[in-house]
Amino acid sequence: MTAMFGEPIPRVEDDRLLRGGGAYLDDLGHDALAVAYVRSPHAHARVLGIDVSGALDVDGVAAIYTYQDLQGRLAEPLPLLIPHPALTHGRTGYPLAAGEVNYVGEPVAMVIAADRYLAEDAAELIMVDYEPLPAVVGVDEARAAGHLVHDDVPGNVAGHLVQEHGDAAAAIAAAPRTLDLDLYVERSASTPLEGRGVLARWDPESRRLRIWTSTQTSTGVRAAVAAKLGLALADVDVITPDVGGGFGVKIVHPWPEEVLVPWAARALGRPVKYTEDRLEHFVASAHERGQRHQVRVGFDDDGRLLGLDVRFWHDNGAYIPYGLIVPIITSTQLLGPYKPGAYRVEFSSLYTNTVIVAPYRGAGRPQGVFVMERTMDAIAAALGLDRTVVRERNFIRPEEMPYDHGLIFQDGRPLIYDSGDYPAVLAKLKALIGWDGFAAERAAALEQGRRLGIGLACYVEGTGVGPYEGAHVVVETSGKVKVATGLTSQGQGHQTVLAQITADELGVPIGDIEVVTGDTRAFGYAVGTFASRTAVMSGSAVALAARAVRAKAIRVAAAALEASPEDMEITDGIVRIKGDPESGIAIGTVAVLSNPLRYAFDEAAQAATQFAGGDIDAPPVAEGDEPGIEGRQFFSPIRSTFASGMHAAIVETDQETAEIKVLRYCVVHDCGTLINPRIVEGQIHGGVAQGVGGALYERMAYDETGQLQNASFMDFLMPYVSEVPERIEIDHLQTPSPLNPLGVKGAGEAGVIPGAALFAAAIEDAEQLPITSMPISPSDLFELRRNAAASAALWPSGPAGRGARGERPLADGAAPDTAGHGR
Amino acid sequence: MTEFGASTHPSDGLFDVRLVVNGVTHDVRVPSRRLLSDCLRHDLRLTGTHVGCEHGVCGACTVLVDGTAVRSCLMLAVSADGAAITTVEGLTEPDGTLSPVQQAFADCHGLQCGFCTPGFLITITAALAGSPDPSEAVAREIIGGNLCRCTGYQNIVRAVLRAAELRRSAGGSLGSSPRAGTARAAAS
Repeated sequence: MTAMFGEPIPRVEDDRLLRGGGAYLDDLGHDALAVAYVRSPHAHARVLGIDVSGALDVDGVAAIYTYQDLQGRLAEPLPLLIPHPALTHGRTGYPLAAGEVNYVGEPVAMVIAADRYLAEDAAELIMVDYEPLPAVVGVDEARAAGHLVHDDVPGNVAGHLVQEHGDAAAAIAAAPRTLDLDLYVERSASTPLEGRGVLARWDPESRRLRIWTSTQTSTGVRAAVAAKLGLALADVDVITPDVGGGFGVKIVHPWPEEVLVPWAARALGRPVKYTEDRLEHFVASAHERGQRHQVRVGFDDDGRLLGLDVRFWHDNGAYIPYGLIVPIITSTQLLGPYKPGAYRVEFSSLYTNTVIVAPYRGAGRPQGVFVMERTMDAIAAALGLDRTVVRERNFIRPEEMPYDHGLIFQDGRPLIYDSGDYPAVLAKLKALIGWDGFAAERAAALEQGRRLGIGLACYVEGTGVGPYEGAHVVVETSGKVKVATGLTSQGQGHQTVLAQITADELGVPIGDIEVVTGDTRAFGYAVGTFASRTAVMSGSAVALAARAVRAKAIRVAAAALEASPEDMEITDGIVRIKGDPESGIAIGTVAVLSNPLRYAFDEAAQAATQFAGGDIDAPPVAEGDEPGIEGRQFFSPIRSTFASGMHAAIVETDQETAEIKVLRYCVVHDCGTLINPRIVEGQIHGGVAQGVGGALYERMAYDETGQLQNASFMDFLMPYVSEVPERIEIDHLQTPSPLNPLGVKGAGEAGVIPGAALFAAAIEDAEQLPITSMPISPSDLFELRRNAAASAALWPSGPAGRGARGERPLADGAAPDTAGHGR
Repeated sequence: MTEFGASTHPSDGLFDVRLVVNGVTHDVRVPSRRLLSDCLRHDLRLTGTHVGCEHGVCGACTVLVDGTAVRSCLMLAVSADGAAITTVEGLTEPDGTLSPVQQAFADCHGLQCGFCTPGFLITITAALAGSPDPSEAVAREIIGGNLCRCTGYQNIVRAVLRAAELRRSAGGSLGSSPRAGTARAAAS
């Protein structure tokens, strides 16, 4: 039997999805009532009154609800999911606005009708009287605190956190050289092709609730809804159907809609379904990335970091249900593969009158990497050193692993890198893109009047955060193997990789394995899918459960064959004595034997009945044993494992139009042991495309009143094929993690993480202009050129107005005339 | 449309519409404003066609209407009266094997979450009928109007080329005529 682990096998999910047989949320519940929401048109307003009378007579309307109708815990604010001592002013929204709205799109009233068309007809007839209040939009306005989002939150500050390792101020003061940088990243969003959605059925006879929701955590939704509706967990099932992408936004729970729909289904005794539309997804789900950063770095003449002080301000939107996770990740993961010397980081998480933040693939890391890599490039420029040399000099060496940064990571555990070989990754990347030969390439292009630039960006990504995941593996008497794990899938190929793990651990053909995820009926204990954790957490749990099942199958078969368990093996679903192929028992038959029966249900089962033999002096089920060939195991690592990677790109910038074209895109990636290289590469492809989008195209264009001006796919420039690189060249390094039984690290987010940093570096290299704010569009670049030209006219001797203390020009390749980083 | 007023509520007026979908004739009664996408998904329960934006930009809802790729969220069901429509459910060969385009997506890992996939499959199926041997540049053009958030399009481009290859090696007989007509009505 061929080993499955490590093989690029095709996905088991695909056949069904390719035939149109997927079952996404809105494909279910054809008998359900439909929901439409009245949402706030104002970014900040008091709700003075709601008149629903005009809507009540609309054909097909079943119910209309406002805050006044909510009772008990449903009338309380939604949960603050991740409390933290530094989150001193955590505020969350209500399922329906309770007197005040804090972002455009906040739900104010819920209409339930026979279909969505009718529900929207009725929603249009509901009159809401608002008293508009001043809106706080963007990080800078929130910091200025000229107006408050929440009256009882001074300075708009939800939370404030400082971490320090060493004395950064002293180290920077003593450093031979220092630089200051001001770096900004705009909001973007996960933007899965399928929005959110939830369907609920209340069974009045069994008094049980069944919920289908397009979520990244079915157990989280179950616990939250049960608590809100006063139901026992055992009376609530949450099932995750096929999910049309998540990328982070669907980890937030419970959404207002996720508690209201089940509540209404119970109240009405009818199934109720809500399907989010695209406009709602833009304005009323979640965004991420918006942060302003100030960096002060001290370094020596070789470019070695001596002290790093980073302050930043995070735009968390109107409420903060997901806590401080995103800025905590930025504050810790910006260190990347480097030893920062003394490090101090301080951030404030700020309320604005815009939609909330949810972690979006990368979750604060793209901003952190942007900060650190811009700093590295600035140091290289200041010293006239090749950018790879400065990085190399600051790398944590493989022999220094495990490496303790002396900080606390997003899981509340020490930030200790488990393994990694950063110099090896860089060497591979330089070879892949031809870093050392680029100067000649640039010069040749320049002769043709074409302007090229090269950049690179490095990252380390804590993946597989706890607290735990579990898995259940059972061998059916048919020989089929059912695997269940509680976390959910959004298209990553979990069914395939978890089946690969099971096939090898148990010794059964992959075609006999069926994997279920995200269904609380199949497995009730789970955390969720985020932080690139499935392979690490559920993969390990599945491996442990499969090992337990294997051991039991061997024990039962050995007893039947009167052989010693040590002499047994399982191959291709046959349990047999090693070296004796004739001795085998099919694993399904072993499952029959493991379950002493009184009643035979088929011919095979007769072998397990009471008159079929066996030791009549021993209990049929030995003390401490259980019937069946099944096992349930949990995996709970001591802390996260750290994947790493480096990307390099060559861009061409059009001299006239400032259009930015990606000519090469290279990735070297180390996610530990690879389970399925094809799936890992697919994850990288998708991440890179999102990185390109975030760096060059996507922004959330809120105007000063808090209206999102580009809330459609016409105006929010999500990349089509024409915007992504024609080739993404990938090389792997495999540094196994010592923290889990498979040696794996997560791969889901990696592709997107260095995008902003990478393109800033490459464009800066092409243009010889400092790039300090992302995303960057052709018109942004055009403006930068114009400003630089104006500034050159003012200071003909050089770019003194721009640079901090970056004294010398960029070094790699034949860098021409200007320099200076940071503003 | 000029008569639109208080007396004609948008849901007033039901129309009898005949749609031949994947070779099967369906007679449905729909309000004038019913989108073709909603009619296919919720009236005929052919949920393989997905809705990603409802403003014609993402392409997930693409179906063939009389052989032409159409965004079903931009078409009213009443205006499709009498049309032969192919959805993703109608792409497989009569014996149930995957069409060349479907097979190519499986071979090339051309899908992840699968939500946008039906729109790509239909778009590519239509395009290859007119352009059986596309260059890579043409392959990019073929899919240039469909959004995917998972794959970065890398493997979808490969899948277009692979589908063309599979199609040609099958002598052009496979996948050249998706079940738009009435041929399969009896079999259903």
